[in-house]
Amino acid sequence: MRVAIFRVFLALLLMLGVGGPMLARQQVFAQTSPAASVSQSDRLAALEKQTATNATAIAAAQSSGDNAWMLVSAALVLMMSGPGLALFYGGLVRKKNVLGTMMQTFAMMALVTVLWALVSYSLAFGEGNAFIGGFHNMFLHGVELAPDPAYAATIPLQTFMIYQLMFAIITPALITGAFAERMKFSSMLVFMTLWTLVIYSPMAHMVWGKGGLLNAAQGGRIPCLDFAGGTVVHVTSGVSALVTAIFLGKRLGYPREPMPPHSVVLSFVGACMLWVGWFGFNAGSALSAGTLATSAFVTTHFAAAAAAIGWIAAEWIRQGKPSALGAISGAVAGLVAITPAAGFVTPISALWIGLIAGCFCYFMVVKIKVWFGYDDSLDAFGVHGAGGTLGAILTGVFANSAINPILGAGKAIGLLEGNWRQLIHQIGGVAIAWSISIVGTLIILFVVDKTMGLRVSEEEERDGLDLSQHGEEGYDWAH
Amino acid sequence: MQKIEAVIQPSKLDAVKDALVEIGVDGMTILEARGHGRQKGHTEVYRGREYSVDLLPKIKVEIVVTDEMVDDAVNAIISAARTGTIGDGKIFISKIDEAIRIRNDERGEIAL
Repeated sequence: MRVAIFRVFLALLLMLGVGGPMLARQQVFAQTSPAASVSQSDRLAALEKQTATNATAIAAAQSSGDNAWMLVSAALVLMMSGPGLALFYGGLVRKKNVLGTMMQTFAMMALVTVLWALVSYSLAFGEGNAFIGGFHNMFLHGVELAPDPAYAATIPLQTFMIYQLMFAIITPALITGAFAERMKFSSMLVFMTLWTLVIYSPMAHMVWGKGGLLNAAQGGRIPCLDFAGGTVVHVTSGVSALVTAIFLGKRLGYPREPMPPHSVVLSFVGACMLWVGWFGFNAGSALSAGTLATSAFVTTHFAAAAAAIGWIAAEWIRQGKPSALGAISGAVAGLVAITPAAGFVTPISALWIGLIAGCFCYFMVVKIKVWFGYDDSLDAFGVHGAGGTLGAILTGVFANSAINPILGAGKAIGLLEGNWRQLIHQIGGVAIAWSISIVGTLIILFVVDKTMGLRVSEEEERDGLDLSQHGEEGYDWAH
Repeated sequence: MQKIEAVIQPSKLDAVKDALVEIGVDGMTILEARGHGRQKGHTEVYRGREYSVDLLPKIKVEIVVTDEMVDDAVNAIISAARTGTIGDGKIFISKIDEAIRIRNDERGEIAL
């Protein structure tokens, strides 16, 4: 009974609280309206002022919405490197190399970040020519909080800068899979520094930078569609990985000695984090939180799923068993292939791209690698180089003007819409990415090899990178 | 005194342990081991590459018992550890000259 009385009392109080001011406002209105002898122009001015205030408020709301999503996306993409890729690669090596392998990825998180602040952001996104940016934004000079409409009109330029940094981190980290278990840590740091400056920055500038040769959104000479980095990230890293694997030579004992993954469990966890992080990678590449982000999010997910099915189906047919490693490798291959296409294709096209990528990358890893005999230890080329190239080309096939009218309203984009030129442009973009990766990587490898040597000694390789490079072990069995 | 070394499937450890305790075996030593018998392991496939894994995880149970208890202990192990498939393991028996309890220097069967 007492409780009921209390509730009624509370309800009355609430009504007073809400209703009171309303009543008061009505009274104020009643008092002022008869006395309203304002002129028409005054009312118009007030209205205009109100409209302007509203427009500012709407812009601020959109900006904070977009910025919220972009900051989360940046964090998601960083999570793809550490722990995602570190776990994925770390599980695939032998246990004497687990820390060395994880450390290579983690080192990129530190090294590339510093480089980015010093010079590589400026080389990628600063004003420059069609091939590379200039030095105007060195030390992040001029990279402030106000948006740069040439890149993203609704988010602070620093958000854009930090988001792009996460891409610059994971790209060289992907290459580490090709030279796993045999490269000197010191040489790797020098190699990656040069690689970031000589290959990543120019490629990012050409595809995404102001006035870039391949920039489709800003009227580049060869408009190549690359939504989230199929050529910039995956083709460059994958092809450079192949070059590095061949240049360094095989691991001691490969392929005679067994070198199975020491923990598919670690790789499994890592791959699942890659999948989740990829939403930031692809949907974040919309650089806003609108419908385009949703479209890219959906296609990303569908492609990953279809590719996992494609890879394990191929495995099941050829080897008799669908493996966990196959399923996660397939998903990653699908994510790679949908990266350039994410904001341009329909969900059903994404299923096709994923399915094709899953089967194609399986074939590259299981057949082609064996035929040629190179030791791409963790299949950085087989998954990223091959999947990235395939995805970039399929983007030219499936791109749909109803999803993203990037070439102008109503203009056909993909081959299926009848625009065969786009396919040529895609192949052109891929060819440029392949060329710069092969030539640039070869030169860097040659220089580093002559000056400080790329490989660890035979004894150090037998001991494993954990002990020989870092003086520690991933797993302590004795305690 | 005799030592019984039984290499068994890891999944059968609890059953073997209980069976031995039930017939009055007081102490035992368990080792995590790797090994193979005639079937020489199996093959695993990672991204299309086949690896033959010839050393499989096993459990080795070591007990030392009086001569009269050997048959009972062997039977207990066999009935607990047998699945009837390849890889069930083996039992080895050897003579023990002396047993010494470290705590109080007791020697012989009383030390078991």
